[in-house]
Amino acid sequence: MNYQDVSYWVGLSVVCAPVLLLFVLGGATLLGHSLSERANGRCVQTAIVVGLLGSLTMLALMLFSGDRRVPVELGSWVAIPHYHFKVKFIFDRLNIPFVILSFVLCGTIGAFAHKYMHREQGFNRFFVFYALFVVGMVVTSLAGTIETLFAGWEMVGLSSTLLVAFYHERKGPVRNGLRVWTVYRVSDAALLLAAVALHHMTGEGDFDAFLSGGTGASWPVGTALLNHDQALLVGLLLLVAAAGKSALVPFSGWLPRAMEGPTPSSAVFYGALSVHLGAFLLLRVGSLLQQSIWLQIAVVLVGVVTAVFAAFAERVQTDIKSALSFACLCQVGIIVAEIGLGFRYIALIHLLGHGCLRTLQFVRAPTLLLDYHNIENAIGDRMPHAESGFWNRLIPLNMRSWFYRLALERGYLDAGLTDYIVQPVVRVFQKCDAMERAWIRWLSGGRVNEMDRTEKASLEELL
Amino acid sequence: MSDLHLPWLELLIVVPLLGALWVSRLRDANIARKWCLIFTGITFAVAVGAWEDFGLLHATAADDPIHLIRIGGRELFTIDQFSAPLLPLVALLYFLTTMATLRTKIRRFSFSWTLVSEAIALATFSCREPWGVVVLMSLSVLPPIAELVARGKPLRVFAFHMALSILLMVLGLAWVESEQKSQAANSFWAMVPLLAGVLIRCGIAPFHCWITELFEHSSFGTALLFMAPIVGAYGVVRLVLPVAPDTMLRSIGIISLVTAVYASGMALVQQDARRFFSYLFLSHSSLVLVGLEAVTPISLTGALCMWLSAGLALCGFGLVLRALESRRGRLYLTEFQGLYEHMPNLAMLFVLTGLASVGFPGTFGFVGTEVLLDGAVEAYPVMGVMVVLATALNGIAVIQAYFKLFTGIWIAPSVSLKIGGRERFAVLTLALLILIGGLFPHPGIVSRHHAAEDLLRDRAERHPRDAAFAEPAENDPAHYPISTD
Repeated sequence: MNYQDVSYWVGLSVVCAPVLLLFVLGGATLLGHSLSERANGRCVQTAIVVGLLGSLTMLALMLFSGDRRVPVELGSWVAIPHYHFKVKFIFDRLNIPFVILSFVLCGTIGAFAHKYMHREQGFNRFFVFYALFVVGMVVTSLAGTIETLFAGWEMVGLSSTLLVAFYHERKGPVRNGLRVWTVYRVSDAALLLAAVALHHMTGEGDFDAFLSGGTGASWPVGTALLNHDQALLVGLLLLVAAAGKSALVPFSGWLPRAMEGPTPSSAVFYGALSVHLGAFLLLRVGSLLQQSIWLQIAVVLVGVVTAVFAAFAERVQTDIKSALSFACLCQVGIIVAEIGLGFRYIALIHLLGHGCLRTLQFVRAPTLLLDYHNIENAIGDRMPHAESGFWNRLIPLNMRSWFYRLALERGYLDAGLTDYIVQPVVRVFQKCDAMERAWIRWLSGGRVNEMDRTEKASLEELL
Repeated sequence: MSDLHLPWLELLIVVPLLGALWVSRLRDANIARKWCLIFTGITFAVAVGAWEDFGLLHATAADDPIHLIRIGGRELFTIDQFSAPLLPLVALLYFLTTMATLRTKIRRFSFSWTLVSEAIALATFSCREPWGVVVLMSLSVLPPIAELVARGKPLRVFAFHMALSILLMVLGLAWVESEQKSQAANSFWAMVPLLAGVLIRCGIAPFHCWITELFEHSSFGTALLFMAPIVGAYGVVRLVLPVAPDTMLRSIGIISLVTAVYASGMALVQQDARRFFSYLFLSHSSLVLVGLEAVTPISLTGALCMWLSAGLALCGFGLVLRALESRRGRLYLTEFQGLYEHMPNLAMLFVLTGLASVGFPGTFGFVGTEVLLDGAVEAYPVMGVMVVLATALNGIAVIQAYFKLFTGIWIAPSVSLKIGGRERFAVLTLALLILIGGLFPHPGIVSRHHAAEDLLRDRAERHPRDAAFAEPAENDPAHYPISTD
């Protein structure tokens, strides 16, 4: 067995381990035979360990051979004239650290959740969604084509939504889950359009082909095949996709809403991995961003505005998970700005470090008060509170409450989307619905259907 | 044209008709259901046999070795690349719907009419002759009408639309055929009534209200079986595609695109689960039409794939909704029903089939939707974006309905609400097909691509200007020649 064969099988094991986990847990649920907590834990442990060992082995192989780009092609999934769908995974300097981070954090959170969710009603459901998330993360991280990346991207979105609505006996989490899903669908639509645009412009969805012109140059080196205008169009679509997934402005409103889910999922989704996927996508297509200065400016602007907004909103949050989510968003904004400025290695290192730190902070969040008590007991005094003297001096007294309200309402971003996009769309369709009912009533000679008497639209009630 | 080894196509029609005769004589509804299941099962086996036999022939079209029914010396029933997988699909939908019919529904759901409806649907999908298709499409409205009349439900909206559709199709086809005798190409005005008739049957806006009315007033199973095979799209392929010029088809494609987005938006604001489902279905059938009307190999391939995937996924989705209705009565989306804890696997199947219909990764619809989108953007560079909008809105509508039905405070039912064995088998079968099709999409896509090439080749014979569309890419590694015996 030569080096290529070994790397192929090792690469395949990295992808297949979480896929098998999803089949086992999901299949058992569909058949109505949920696994016991212990069996569940063992399956998760095995899949994560196999995936992690595979990733580390691949890293070792790459370091040993000096090869900085190892493609694992599963062949053409679909091949008809004018349309090809290749399933291809790449291990390179961007993917390897990200997939190792994914396995490490998912493994940690899996072990944590096994205790945290012990005897919870939805223990099995949690781990089915968790398995879907791991598959989505691994596929997205290692994707060698934009279509493969899209597949993983959607899986992450669905698992995220269903976990936000995990405590589904209450309306709040369900409403927030639907909000998250709505934003994710916008993000997915933008990514899908970018994929179709790429197909039509370059005839390729393969990252190797359109990001480095098939020269074999590995990340971060390479020149995209697109011209300035094409790069601007595709890049803006990708930026919208990234903004939706990473809660960048103007989509930031969903991030604190997503904190309704169980703490382990909040930690791994919104503290570490899922929230960084947008930044990861922009890192992946870094050479495309370089083709257009306007695109780079747009990326930096979105990043900076997000960072400033998040830092502003974070100061007035009254619960620890919301405060952490905005703190996290602030760093994601900075990472995106770094990508826009072309500092790709710095952005990657920032992303990896930040993901680890936030995971730790999120999993410690439920015991925050205990930690404070322990610290205060140790120092024998109350914890010192920082005074915000600088801002007090800068902002006039009559403006302070206005700014406070603005921060507390999270810049009215969420309310703005609801009032100016969701509500008008819902009202238009409600009007159409009313007109249709009137038309049917007329056609059927004035008969009134039972449903004609109710008033509230389903979506309106939820959003 | 080749001959099949057995008279599969005529058996496909005779078996359910015999079944209908037999079942109509039975008084006990439980026994009627058992016999209906046996006959639909045999019909499904025959449909699979026809598909396999046709596959072994490697022909572009084939018919039965013996002919009981002929019109003007021409065989009425034939099988080709396009219709071959649709026959088992239709038979499977009837078989699984019958299987998933619970005792609570058997008094409302007429098994003899179901078998008649199956015979008509299979005859329609086996027929390539335009007049045969029109007659069979007209006959197919009888079973729902019989049920609505028997149950004393409002009929006027459905009957009005169907009558208008049939009238226009007959008028249009007569006009088109009379023109074909005297001139090479049809005039624009000759095609308008034919097109209008078929589009009304497809439910294209603003002629779609009969779909919601049908779902509201007939039994869920009857409405599902009337809609799920997408007979209207079959009418487009057999009646309109061969005669209409590209410009006309693409103009109609824009109306279908608008209908797809409109229906997906309407699905979002519905308060009744049946109306929600009817709009979701309309959105998907309109997307299929978009692909058909764009008349490129890729768009047609995407449309034919979506036809199969949406048929499977939405039938599964409909059966899950029907299973919920059997337990909870009419389902309203104005309040949270809290059903998850009573039926977790039904909840998972609801999400799986619902998302499969919108092309979620790992399901059969994923690649079909991508191919359709690619073809739509190729044909309509700007308007094609609306396909993405429609699928995005449909995805939101599906998850919203999931939340409404399955989340919320638990109810305390006096009887078990768990899914029954037959229902589980029916929905799991569909789920399995959706997943297998999603993981191994290549054979399905290639088969649909060949069907698309055949349709375009037939069309190119009548419209030489559009022959370029039918030319396969000879240098493409994925292409291989189709035998034309």
